[in-house]
Amino acid sequence: MVNRCGDTLLFEAPPVIAAGAAVGGKKESEGPLAAEFDELSSDNRLGQSGWEAAETHLQLRAARLCLKKAALPQEKVQLALAGDLQAQCTASSYAMRELGVPFAGVFGACSTMAEALGLGAVLCSSGAARNLLAMASSHFCAAERQFRTPLSYGAVRTPTAQWTATAAGCCLLQPQGEGVGIAAATFGRVQDYQVKDINNMGAAMAPAAASTLLHYFRDTNTEPQEFDCIYTGDLGQVGSQLLRELLAAEGFLLKNHVDCGCILFDAKEQQVKSGGSGPGCCAAVLCGHILPRLRRGSQKRVLFAATGALMSQTTFLQKESIPAVAHLVELRGPEKEN
Amino acid sequence: MKLSAQEYARRVRRIGPHSPLGMDCLWAFGVGGCICLLGEVLRQRYLALGLEADLAGTLTSCSLIALSAVLTTLGWYQKLAAKAGAGSLVPITGFANAVVSAAIEFKSEGRVLGTGAKMFTIAGPVIVYGTLAAVVYGVVLWAAGALGVALPS
Repeated sequence: MVNRCGDTLLFEAPPVIAAGAAVGGKKESEGPLAAEFDELSSDNRLGQSGWEAAETHLQLRAARLCLKKAALPQEKVQLALAGDLQAQCTASSYAMRELGVPFAGVFGACSTMAEALGLGAVLCSSGAARNLLAMASSHFCAAERQFRTPLSYGAVRTPTAQWTATAAGCCLLQPQGEGVGIAAATFGRVQDYQVKDINNMGAAMAPAAASTLLHYFRDTNTEPQEFDCIYTGDLGQVGSQLLRELLAAEGFLLKNHVDCGCILFDAKEQQVKSGGSGPGCCAAVLCGHILPRLRRGSQKRVLFAATGALMSQTTFLQKESIPAVAHLVELRGPEKEN
Repeated sequence: MKLSAQEYARRVRRIGPHSPLGMDCLWAFGVGGCICLLGEVLRQRYLALGLEADLAGTLTSCSLIALSAVLTTLGWYQKLAAKAGAGSLVPITGFANAVVSAAIEFKSEGRVLGTGAKMFTIAGPVIVYGTLAAVVYGVVLWAAGALGVALPS
């Protein structure tokens, strides 16, 4: 049963994330979260002929590892919700060509994972699906050649730029059982504060994160300090600071905030400027870092808000500003019996 | 939220971080200068070999283009450019890098519609507007000649 309160959906019997898997590429294997990935590759091609095929392979590995962890045969998956950054979401579609399970593509740019989790939770709690996969991926090389310049083109990255993660994360959702509960979901409203700098996605997305978090806090009558941690996806250092300022101006002090884009890489050592980004960034951090903490009990209640910048290369060239959206899910650790 | 887009833009500008302009300029000046120095050394070598000035100049450009293409293929040029910025972008080596990097990148889409079509995605505008500028200057030169004003050609 789902109750609606403002923009927030509250699940009476929270559906659970029964298992999760994170896979990553070379830079991720050199980063501070390397030990928390289920599988890492030192070669970003992953043995494939092109970058796009490599991203498809990332999704496939994430899905298969997730199913293996849950000891669930592929045939029992009733629906997969997946998305990525490639034009027309081909990384997901081509991965699903191999998996052969019912598939609905989702796109929310870097917010895709939270969007898929929110939608998946609704479908599970309504009885529409018993075993549902929610996943997202990104690949640095596939994204660079699509959105920016060829990989070997020489250019300076600005200090506000972010680094698209080569990673994928996959969660298995079930209506009930053992696992991390999805207690609530808030689908965000598109925000546009007229940021036009394509190298400052954090600034473009921070208002979206602030808006969704504000809706959630007001809908549920909660305060930031009631949570063990508030995770955002891919704001980077610049966007994180802006988010904290925006919320402070609204009377919410965010002391327990961690951005997935800031912890996936060591910004200084790995020269990723403002931090990591891409749908795969927060998806992998969720599956490799956040879910295990909730399962272990070191965190009990967290918010996971992923932000996405919704422009395209065309709208950018046409001098449009960058609209952004943030979707949020509230996650709760499994109830421990003493 | 109560914030207006203008107020937000001010906040974004304040937070920065801004590019280290002084350092970027130094890098650009140093690397750009070195590339030009290399060009001059090559030109003097070609002149010393007894080549005419025109030919020595053309050969210098060709040598720098070839060098940039090799370094791009090896993945070294972009590492230098990540620091040097305009210093490696403005010289002819930067132009070669723009063509070669696109040719390599889009090889996966085929020789014709990939490499062939995408090779000039970055360098194309330089050729278009370079040619246009040459035409405009040609017209100015012709008009000046007709009016009896001497301009450097």
